[in-house]
Amino acid sequence: MEWRDEGIIIGSRRHGETSLILEVMTRAHGRHMGIVRGGRSRRMQPVLQAGNRVDLVWRARLDEHMGQFQVEPIEQNAARLLASGAAIYALQTLAAHLRLLPERDPHGPLFETLAIIIAHLDDPRAAAELLVRFELLVLDELGFGLDLSCCAATGSLQELAYVSPKSGRAVSRAAGEPWRDRLLPLPAFLTAGPGLRGDERALDDAFRLTGFFFERHVYEPRGLEPPETRAGFLSALKRSWRDVPPSRPSELAS
Amino acid sequence: MSKRIVGPEIERLIQLLAKVPGLGPRSARRAALHLIKKKEQLLGPLTVAMGDALDTVRVCSTCGNVDTSDPCTICTDPRRDEATIIVVEDVADLWALERAGAMNARYHVLGGTLSPLDGVGPDDLNIRSLVDRVARGGVNELILAVNATVEGQTTAHYITDQLDGLGVKITRLAHGVPVGGELDYLDEGTLSAALKARTVF
Repeated sequence: MEWRDEGIIIGSRRHGETSLILEVMTRAHGRHMGIVRGGRSRRMQPVLQAGNRVDLVWRARLDEHMGQFQVEPIEQNAARLLASGAAIYALQTLAAHLRLLPERDPHGPLFETLAIIIAHLDDPRAAAELLVRFELLVLDELGFGLDLSCCAATGSLQELAYVSPKSGRAVSRAAGEPWRDRLLPLPAFLTAGPGLRGDERALDDAFRLTGFFFERHVYEPRGLEPPETRAGFLSALKRSWRDVPPSRPSELAS
Repeated sequence: MSKRIVGPEIERLIQLLAKVPGLGPRSARRAALHLIKKKEQLLGPLTVAMGDALDTVRVCSTCGNVDTSDPCTICTDPRRDEATIIVVEDVADLWALERAGAMNARYHVLGGTLSPLDGVGPDDLNIRSLVDRVARGGVNELILAVNATVEGQTTAHYITDQLDGLGVKITRLAHGVPVGGELDYLDEGTLSAALKARTVF
């Protein structure tokens, strides 16, 4: 068995004295594990850090074996991200979300989004917007996607301001007004397209929205705790608002 | 079935030695044979030393270091600067820094790093005791001497968050070109970190 693919490293653990078990998100083979012989050498360790983009060759005698990776670097992002708390927390949160998916199950859109987020991790606010979209995508891939396209009550496409915690569907401002206390706020930047950026409150609402559905559909049924790094990222994001005032709205590729 | 060439006691000695880092079954056999040949000079004293270590080794309740006394030799050394704590992942890192002899400070051993893949969370590490130690006062600087890996730096950022508001100066080790390192052979990440952290010459 052998394949070649591009991947982004999301984790690793020691295996024996000289090797590593590498966890990567690949373009065509999903989240995949494999042994890297000599992965703990001085030459290989900088390459095998989470966040790095690598070219992979996977070999195993049988498909169900863990197999071995041969790794060549494409883009080394880890060193750029190490100094930023927000970037490191976001990276670990992304990895934790990807671990909710079954191994070896291809999720092309998640790989593409992951690559875009890693390129923007230096800017906590841009990373936050992209991370929230990534969380929506993960929920979708897990089968619990939210429907934010139109109002569940009236079918209206305008002024979608809430999400029903029951159905996960958007509700317009007018239709949701009587039940506003029971509905989850839907930030405008999630429905308005890539041109609009979220402010501090909008991002807070967005993370509360995805956090609610993760808790209900994923963490609670599986008996898991939400990743600590997500809370760490949100704290770092709060600090970024406190330390640097909001910048001018600008275009952001989603 | 292969024939046994030594008694079960020697076979057991070889099996146990093979579990030591750096030794495989083949080198363990060589080590065992060497010990047996030097029974009086090496095997006897080694057995006594290992027995003594087994009886006396304990983990320091202050810093997490291993020693034969609690608090450990480093924590009770009056010549060390009590106001500076160097945080390390493992006892091996503490020993490495002590070999360098660059700082006359106290230590705190975390016992690992946050690693979701290995299932290591904050409660599995010696972080709570570090926060308590700093909160008790008397610490001016905390040096985060964790590995320059994503797991190491995640742990460093987590500790920084936990110590927020305690008024202690938190520093970390520099990342850059190692002594004897040739630029041509360094990875791009290390080179860009070294350039970012450049100093006036």
